[in-house]
Amino acid sequence: MKFNSLKLLLAAAFFSVAVAPVAYSASSGVPNLDADVDLSDKVSLARGAKYYANFCMGCHSLEFSRYNRVAADLGMEEGDIKPLIFTRDDDDNIHKPGALMVNALREKDAIRWFGIAPPDLTVIARARGGGDWLYSYLKGFYQDDSRPFGVNNLYFSNVGMPHVLQELQGLQALDKDTNTLTLVKPGKMSAGEYDQVAKDLTNFLVYVGEPAQLHRTFYGILTLLFLLVLLVLAYLLKKEFWKDIH
Amino acid sequence: MSLLNWVDARFPLTETWNKHIAEYYAPKNFNFFYFFGSLALLCLVLQIVTGIFLTMHYKPDAEMAFASVEYIMRDVPGGWFIRYMHSTGASMFFIVIYLHMFRALIYGSFKGPRELVWLIGMLIYLALMAEAFMGYLLPWGQMSFWGAQVIINLFNTIPFIGDVVSTTIRGDFVISDPTLNRFFAFHVVAVPLILVGLVFVHIVALHAVGSNNPDGVEIKKLKDEKGIPLDGIPFHPYYTVKDIVGVVVFFIVFFFIVFFMPEGGGYFIEHANFEPANALKTPEHIAPVWYFTPFYTILRAVPDPWYGTLAMFAAIAILFVLPWLDKNPIKSVRYRNKAHLINLAWFAVTFIVLGMLGVMAVTDGLKELGTRGTQIYFLFFAITYVHSRPQQANYLMWFVILLVSVLFWDFLRYDSSFTENQASLFWQMLLLPIAYLATTLLLPHFIGGANREKEVPTRVTG
Repeated sequence: MKFNSLKLLLAAAFFSVAVAPVAYSASSGVPNLDADVDLSDKVSLARGAKYYANFCMGCHSLEFSRYNRVAADLGMEEGDIKPLIFTRDDDDNIHKPGALMVNALREKDAIRWFGIAPPDLTVIARARGGGDWLYSYLKGFYQDDSRPFGVNNLYFSNVGMPHVLQELQGLQALDKDTNTLTLVKPGKMSAGEYDQVAKDLTNFLVYVGEPAQLHRTFYGILTLLFLLVLLVLAYLLKKEFWKDIH
Repeated sequence: MSLLNWVDARFPLTETWNKHIAEYYAPKNFNFFYFFGSLALLCLVLQIVTGIFLTMHYKPDAEMAFASVEYIMRDVPGGWFIRYMHSTGASMFFIVIYLHMFRALIYGSFKGPRELVWLIGMLIYLALMAEAFMGYLLPWGQMSFWGAQVIINLFNTIPFIGDVVSTTIRGDFVISDPTLNRFFAFHVVAVPLILVGLVFVHIVALHAVGSNNPDGVEIKKLKDEKGIPLDGIPFHPYYTVKDIVGVVVFFIVFFFIVFFMPEGGGYFIEHANFEPANALKTPEHIAPVWYFTPFYTILRAVPDPWYGTLAMFAAIAILFVLPWLDKNPIKSVRYRNKAHLINLAWFAVTFIVLGMLGVMAVTDGLKELGTRGTQIYFLFFAITYVHSRPQQANYLMWFVILLVSVLFWDFLRYDSSFTENQASLFWQMLLLPIAYLATTLLLPHFIGGANREKEVPTRVTG
């Protein structure tokens, strides 16, 4: 018995192994849309933060990130981020900007309501290898009455989440033959406006997955410039020492 | 200088400096491949120093490990820099080590009198793999967890005692907090101590016998009246200044990755590892980190898990006996016959292909290719033995013997349940080992030029 389960496990490992970078591409096999992530667009990032706090954060915490760090990285004052803070600390005071971006959803409740606790999304963009999947996912909801929340997702089959942005986007229908989505019930926003919302959220999540990426290329250029100068000097030094070796 | 005299009267400082640096005579013809020894040492130092700083903030606790890594990435000043240096350093360490080992292979540096240098080096390689494997569990992501799961389960396949062994490794019946704790202990204390000790012995052994060189000429045979090798130059200043150039070039590559592509395209830090370890959710695909993939492909090439495990460990173990397989007195590939060069080229390509297969999804074609690659990997060592005495070797006999052994393996694995596609791939790719055997055995038999060895010069060239 034991040996059989082991064989199964090994077999699973054998036959399921694939290229790591594509490991988290959509399980549905539909190619992702291009999110065209732009982290230099600070206004888009700030809008993304706002949408995230209003629509996502009730369920999906960003528990490794801090409000004041987001504010600083997005070029805001610490006070500017305060309207996005809704949670309270043990003394029932509203969280300070230095707090982690948690939410008030209790895991037990979440499991009771959704069957699964909504995952923390701080590093979701990194887990999915960038923003393309997120952008596609946000645009991929369609009507499916067989699902508990009445919607399914083209990029996440049988997703356990309602379409939280339905109010903005409206409702899409899936053409199963061509895997294309068409809007059947318009929401508050035009398609273009909703695309921008999806893009803002994607931008924000890509940023929050790795705040260091806003700065590291700057240090990288300095470091490489220094090393290139050092390389010339090191090479000349070597040449000088070696000129009498034949 | 009086301070130096004071120290020298109590500790052999000047003597040690001279013996290992200032008056250590190295061949003057080192080429590109000879940078990787000092670079390996640099990698070791980098990993230890960055590791110390990571340890100051990391929490080896299943509840906190993942969060503490993100804490390092966000809240620790410069933490992301330290962490990326450590994660990039791990992959760069293996790139450097593989090139270092390949150097030994092509210039025969593993041969007498340097057998011990090679053996100690192989132990370092083993320790390094253990170090990397255990370090990869620490971020406690999905790949950390499931990668470790697959590897530790290999020990389960050992007959009779497998259960006990794998439970002992885990410290639990599943991978959990005790596993993380003991891997942390091994990763930050035990294995680094062993590594540093082995590296020390590696260098002591090397300096006792002296460095090999691209010509495979023993420079100690020809000395001037002062006892200094004619083709030797003092390590310092000549190779210290030369190695500085190598270090700077290495750093340019290293820091380019650290600052511009720290995930290394998903190979140095796997994307799935940004999801916390979850024992209840098996990832769609489990791929080991790239530096283990050649051996992982060999593991997968054998359908039976226990024999697959044996094959995987044999693939590493057989490298230990290389000095006793290749008895050809000529060290460097430069003066060996063409067939030997072809053999080495096949091996290098096979190793890379096996590595690439290890991260790719298994299809019928790739699975067959992995099996054929595994056959060539092991045949390499037999061919290396045959090439030891190219003039006396009975190439035709060996061609038949090795071909029969390939066919015997194929006979064992050929299954009537093969689909039409699998069967046709099976026969098509049989050409690969046949081509390998033909180019390394038939070629030198029928074409004299491919079997001709060149005369080894008495002095180094260039």
